Amino acid sequence: MTVTEDAATVAPAKEVGQARRRKEDARLITGRTTWTDNMVLPGMLHMSVLRSPVAHARITHLDVGAAQERPNVVAVLTGRDLAEEQGSIPCAWPVTPDMVNPGHPSVAVDQVNHVGEAVALVIARSRTAAADALEAIDIDYESLPVVLDMEEAVTGGADLVHGHTESNTSFHWVFDAGEAGTGADTEQAFAEADVVVSRRFVQQRLIPAFMEPRSVVVQPSGDNFTLWSSTQIPHILRVMLAMVTGIPEHKLRVIAPDVGGGFGGKLQVNPEEVLCLLAARRLGKPVKWTETRSESLMSAHHGRDQIQYIDIAADREGNVKGLRCRILADMGAYLRLVTPGVPVLGAFMFVGIYKFPAYRFECDGVFTNKVPTDAYRGAGRPEATFAIERIMDELAVELGMDPLELRRKNWIDAAEFPFTTAAGLEYDSGDYEAATQQALQLLGYDELRAEQQRRRESGDPVQLGIGFSTFTEMCGLAPSRVLGSLSYGAGGWESASIRMLPTGKVEVVAGTTPHGQGHETAWSQIVADQLGVPFEDVEVLHGDTAVSSRGMDTYGSRSLVVGGTAVVKAAEKVVAKARTIAAHMLEASEDDLEFTGGKFSVRGTPGASVGIQEVALAVFASHDYPEGIEPTIDAEATFDPENFSFPPGTHICAMEVDTETGFVKIRKYASVDDVGTIVNPLIVEGQVHGGLAQGIAQALYEEAIYDADGNLTTGTFVDYLVPSAADLPHFDTGNTVHAAPGNPLGAKGVGEAGCIASTPAVVNAALDAVRHLGVTDIRMPLTPERVWRAIHQGGDGGDRATAGSNAYGGAQTETTAGVSTPASALGGDK
Amino acid sequence: MIPAAFDYARPSTVEEALQVIAEGGDDVKVLAGGQSLIPVMRLRLAAPELVVDLTRIPELRGVREDGDALVVGAMTTHSDVLTDPLLARYGQLLVQATETVADRQVRHRGTFGGALAHADPAGDLPAVALALDAEFVLAGPSGRRTVPATEFFVDYLTTALEEGELLVEIRLPKLGEDWGVRYEKFNRVAQAWSIVAVAAAVRREGGRIAEARIGLTNMGSTPLRATATEQALLGADVSLEAVTAAAALAADGTSPSSDLNAQADYRQHLARVLTRRALAAATGL
Repeated sequence: MTVTEDAATVAPAKEVGQARRRKEDARLITGRTTWTDNMVLPGMLHMSVLRSPVAHARITHLDVGAAQERPNVVAVLTGRDLAEEQGSIPCAWPVTPDMVNPGHPSVAVDQVNHVGEAVALVIARSRTAAADALEAIDIDYESLPVVLDMEEAVTGGADLVHGHTESNTSFHWVFDAGEAGTGADTEQAFAEADVVVSRRFVQQRLIPAFMEPRSVVVQPSGDNFTLWSSTQIPHILRVMLAMVTGIPEHKLRVIAPDVGGGFGGKLQVNPEEVLCLLAARRLGKPVKWTETRSESLMSAHHGRDQIQYIDIAADREGNVKGLRCRILADMGAYLRLVTPGVPVLGAFMFVGIYKFPAYRFECDGVFTNKVPTDAYRGAGRPEATFAIERIMDELAVELGMDPLELRRKNWIDAAEFPFTTAAGLEYDSGDYEAATQQALQLLGYDELRAEQQRRRESGDPVQLGIGFSTFTEMCGLAPSRVLGSLSYGAGGWESASIRMLPTGKVEVVAGTTPHGQGHETAWSQIVADQLGVPFEDVEVLHGDTAVSSRGMDTYGSRSLVVGGTAVVKAAEKVVAKARTIAAHMLEASEDDLEFTGGKFSVRGTPGASVGIQEVALAVFASHDYPEGIEPTIDAEATFDPENFSFPPGTHICAMEVDTETGFVKIRKYASVDDVGTIVNPLIVEGQVHGGLAQGIAQALYEEAIYDADGNLTTGTFVDYLVPSAADLPHFDTGNTVHAAPGNPLGAKGVGEAGCIASTPAVVNAALDAVRHLGVTDIRMPLTPERVWRAIHQGGDGGDRATAGSNAYGGAQTETTAGVSTPASALGGDK
Repeated sequence: MIPAAFDYARPSTVEEALQVIAEGGDDVKVLAGGQSLIPVMRLRLAAPELVVDLTRIPELRGVREDGDALVVGAMTTHSDVLTDPLLARYGQLLVQATETVADRQVRHRGTFGGALAHADPAGDLPAVALALDAEFVLAGPSGRRTVPATEFFVDYLTTALEEGELLVEIRLPKLGEDWGVRYEKFNRVAQAWSIVAVAAAVRREGGRIAEARIGLTNMGSTPLRATATEQALLGADVSLEAVTAAAALAADGTSPSSDLNAQADYRQHLARVLTRRALAAATGL
């Protein structure tokens, strides 16, 4: 057989860009994997947690004697038992030097500060024995005044969540473009503006509601401990648990096996992870804890929960002149891992894609008697994007301008990149006009506008509205130096290594840790291209600190743009090392070798070639290799990005509003996102769909509601409404592609974009449908009742009744959501 | 979400079931489809000592004709209801309402009789049974008795079933081709309970309404009849005006609860709007 030069130079099909089905899906979807709760170890004990049914109280009496006598109970531990060793749940983001952190015990010692806080632990030989024994614990509380409303909590003389602090304010954080040198003086801009529009927006509290509940198993072995956890952050967790418990870091191994979703909700050092570890250390036996769904909803961290006072200044022609944001951010009762950092991350995105000459942002972190808030898909950027995209619509109404025309007048033009905003970020690339044109076409904009007009003129009970969200976001967390300047406690680099096995197969060891993202598939595609090996020959290892020793884990749409880049750089090093060996094997100069399709060949010498997989075998044998080098072609790389990644896009929602009932229904949804070079279109579309579902859910369905006593009345999925596919429309999605300049893949993050962009598009659409009826705002979620009240009674739809629904006997109960008093939803408004 | 320990019995005849229940002490719960009982046990809202499972009693399952009535076995599942030929012909109101119950998985386990005996005011089927003047056949240690729907639903989650009794059959009138029906359900997401729903059945004679039966879901602690609307419709023209005027009376005399889905005044408003829509659909307007 003759190999022609032509055949050799035909480039093999690229893996990057192919819609590969995810190689991990079969085992994830069928459950044929070891989730943390599937772990069974010899002699393993089970932990159950007694949780406070009251929001704010002193523990006056706690007797665990009867519980200790229950069958199969091994130990009952209280906050007093663990007070000396439990330390505090760490907060890694002290956003200001004077930030007040009251400390966060994993199990309450003498005071509880939110419903659901741990007050005692039962460790028993079976899960049911542990759960049964909780009933035998005798505990009395002396009630303290409950602090729930942020606006009240920051007034003088307000009751305090933490009696030893001076106020309920944890920190006051300011960014002022004038002072930072990134913009003009904001006060002056407002003083000179023709038009100022001010609004108060409410970002309701949300619950991440990951599919797999949290679960932890700890196995002690001598003075070593292995901890399995359904976590997004095994590497960070290891460092933090070592610091909190005093167990030396090298004696602690953390493993995140397959993890069923997180959405930021598993970016945490959970109290129960600490407690499981302490219990296992004390008892010398393996201990498992798996939460119930009720526990998850009331004690895993929540998200969002801001009150936003937004002022925008413009001239009569619609040129924006300044933006001023004052934010109250609900911390909940304690500061967890990045609680204070969430609104601070958002601070840089309030200016959106617009060329504001002046910008000022102020935020107060406020304590309340609720479960702490922390990262939830988008973490700060959805809040910011909502505020700017809503206020742009309000300004358009004030000016009598088309909302899209106002946006176009003020957004950054494609030719202006890179562009430094008033918030000081350098946006890398984008073409907002191109994305918008494509989205308008996908939606069928002109026809829907005509239908809207017809419905309006005929007084149709079902009105139609169209809402825009033209956005970008900052992701790919993050340049370590920037994190340092924001006082974050860690860096934002990522690490990867590549091991070439003797048979030519490849192991990629990544510091990123997936919980549903499809890393095994995407990383395999990248490495297949880089090394010229078959996709099937690549195995991806991650989520175990003993296997992948260095990593910053997965959150903030960082895995591909930071971790994927580390994989590329490791592969480049492998190729460079292999080139030296190959040259030796081919008796050629390295400079004469070219590397394509996994083969090193000698330029101008047909047939003289060796594959990188053959080099791997040669190096394994190491019988003959050049002098002065190590006999390995394995390599490791760490990548620290110089900038964030900024994926922009245009989302347009068409919404039907039934004015008789207030029921809203998405008629059509079109989104065009620019996530740079797409590694796997199937994964990208999946991320966009999931993000849209969660963003739409914030707009229409989800809200964590506390009653006047601080009981979480949305304590089950009966009342905390997570939509299903049946409730969501078809999504018309598209992409524009502008390769990101900041990484060799040209990729931008996609994990959060859909969630960040969609919420304001949906609310703007609903308002557009009924604005002619005098409606100017509707609080999220847009329940039918709120929409109906806003239309027929004015205002923003108001507060909802706090009682849970009566379905199957009332899903919220004393056991799931606290005790009944005249003020509570249980005894009050129901 | 872990229930307290309980004993379990699975009889194979009604007689055996009644005996097990009679001997079971004070704290017995009957498991039909388990779609409400299991969740409340997992939440420890209920902690019975004995659970008597009826799923293996064949005589309780199925639909038959008895003269002018349809007799539905209490353990007939929702999914059986949706595929039954007799119900397809004479029981469209029940079929329509059953289609809206929860999701496919729940409909395969949940039963018609279980839903009625649980008497959740947010459940869809009690209002249908009430609107149709269903008769409830209860079996007890001293024999069988028949209770009309108006007496069966007593209060919130409370029925005329005495201790030791089982609901075994539900008798529904056959609705012929002169009847039009509609179950109009209002909820926020597909698998959720009704915030309010209206079950309407209307019989036409000539151009007039000869009979109207309207059941309301979740407008009080039990299912209710919209009697003022029913009366206003008697003899009325089949017209949008007449239907709209009658529907405006749908919430009269109700005092629904307030919860995070709806406060009482909004529920009453919904009852009026949904009744108008249900009637319009049932009369083909």
